[in-house]
Amino acid sequence: MRRSWSLWAAALAVYAFLYLPLTIVVVYSFNDSRLNAEWVGFTWHWYQVLLHDEDMLLAAGNSLFIALVSSLVATLLGTMAGIAMHRYQLKLLTFMVLTPVAMPEILLGVSLLLFFIQVLNLSLGMLSIVLAHITFSIGFVAVIVRARLAGMDESLFEAARDLGASPWETFRYITFPLILPAVIAGGLMAFTLSIDDFVITFFTAGVGVQTLPLRIYSMIKIAVTPEVNAVSTLLMLLTLTMIVLASRFAPDVLKDKT
Amino acid sequence: MNKDHKSSRAVRLGKWLVSGPPFVYLLWFFVLPSLIMVLASFRYPGEFGGLAPLAASDPNTLQGVTLETYQFFFSDFIYSYVFLKSFLVALATTLICLLMAYPLALLIARSPKKRRDLMVLLVILPFASNFLIRVYAWMIILGPQAAFSQTINGLLAALGVAPVHLLFSPFAVLVGMVYVHLPFMVLPLYTNLEKHDPALLDAAQDLGANAWHRFWRVTFPLSLPGIFSGSALVFIPVLGMFAIPDILGGTGDMLIGNLIKEQFLSTRDWPFGSTLSIMLTLAVLLIVWITARLGGRGRHYA
Repeated sequence: MRRSWSLWAAALAVYAFLYLPLTIVVVYSFNDSRLNAEWVGFTWHWYQVLLHDEDMLLAAGNSLFIALVSSLVATLLGTMAGIAMHRYQLKLLTFMVLTPVAMPEILLGVSLLLFFIQVLNLSLGMLSIVLAHITFSIGFVAVIVRARLAGMDESLFEAARDLGASPWETFRYITFPLILPAVIAGGLMAFTLSIDDFVITFFTAGVGVQTLPLRIYSMIKIAVTPEVNAVSTLLMLLTLTMIVLASRFAPDVLKDKT
Repeated sequence: MNKDHKSSRAVRLGKWLVSGPPFVYLLWFFVLPSLIMVLASFRYPGEFGGLAPLAASDPNTLQGVTLETYQFFFSDFIYSYVFLKSFLVALATTLICLLMAYPLALLIARSPKKRRDLMVLLVILPFASNFLIRVYAWMIILGPQAAFSQTINGLLAALGVAPVHLLFSPFAVLVGMVYVHLPFMVLPLYTNLEKHDPALLDAAQDLGANAWHRFWRVTFPLSLPGIFSGSALVFIPVLGMFAIPDILGGTGDMLIGNLIKEQFLSTRDWPFGSTLSIMLTLAVLLIVWITARLGGRGRHYA
């Protein structure tokens, strides 16, 4: 492996490219300066500002509520879709589940905006955001559940049938306990996607409701202060926790994401 | 006999119970909205945003269906120009991502098995932080007071070149695009490279191929399917991206996504916004078709 040192150098450069920007965000969240330009001194100030920023706290509460509701519904529907895709090989359903995941987010955002206003006559707000988030989360849950089912031994189900179990009993005592880790991992994934979503929320939120990403966006666009760094750091911690949880429930999920 | 009959009915019932709810939900909140958007692109804009009525009693109000939005799209060169520019940005992003991702994916694939998972996790981890945060990070780095900008401009000054403004430029947009989408390229490439049989490279070496030849004659052709799927995963989202040009770009750095956003939220010409969205959809379908064909060829080759 004569060439491997150059491969290592290139790879390390890419890792640095991936981590340096985020490190800077975190470091500057403790910086005693209004400008994200040079290190002045350590402070908790921006976290205190954050704790007293009522708009931000409200937005965080909204984000949590939306993520909780949408991930619960998406987990239920996504698990059903994953089972259906695996067992019945339904081409149309598979297409409907996977396309919202694969297409540019803006298309789902504007078409839902059009649909909510023009057809349902729904005023934009919490409900429209939740409905939109469920739509794109179903696919992720379904893919994780289907991957789990695909890796399972079919003979387990045959054995259950041969022993006289009804389809419901087979599901209740065999299938469900086996796919449960994937269901939980899918749910955590849906939760993270919802809390992080910017583009689709941007189009379906209307003017009344703010979520955390929408709030961050308007701060970035209007007035950048290190408070953004502080909220970013906390959000990173939250996502990190979710990933650790998800990987504990289903260690193979992270690898299946490709 | 009777029991069989009953159980086949139970199976069919199970099928409907399991696939029905997600099917109905997605029919309502994905298929129907998409169809509505197609229809909306053939309507006139309403006086106060939204759509004009299909039929109105006053003959002077705009009403009915029209091809005008499509004629408008092709009549003004600016729209084709923005589409072309978006394609070029997406192409450049894809190529840069490929150049950066390939060595990393290759290294991971050739590392000891125990270390691979950790190395892959390290690629995914930053990708899990919020999208806006990742874009914001580059606002800091490329900002005029930041050390990076100062160093670049110091170097330029030493060379006698006028200082450049890095933030709010096409350069910043490209950097942001690459940063946000890089993992989409690394993961499929790694998944592909990991499956290569090392015996092939040994065989090539025994037959006298040097490292250069082993890479271009063996590894690279075999990795084409990975390259194609990674490229599609980068190209498609970049093509529709509005937030990165919005945050890191200047006023002149509009892409398709920004045009669509303008039409829906500022100009409030929803029929034209829908037309632009349909055009974007067609562009994405074209990319998917090309990738599928190339991917098929790649498999032949391998």
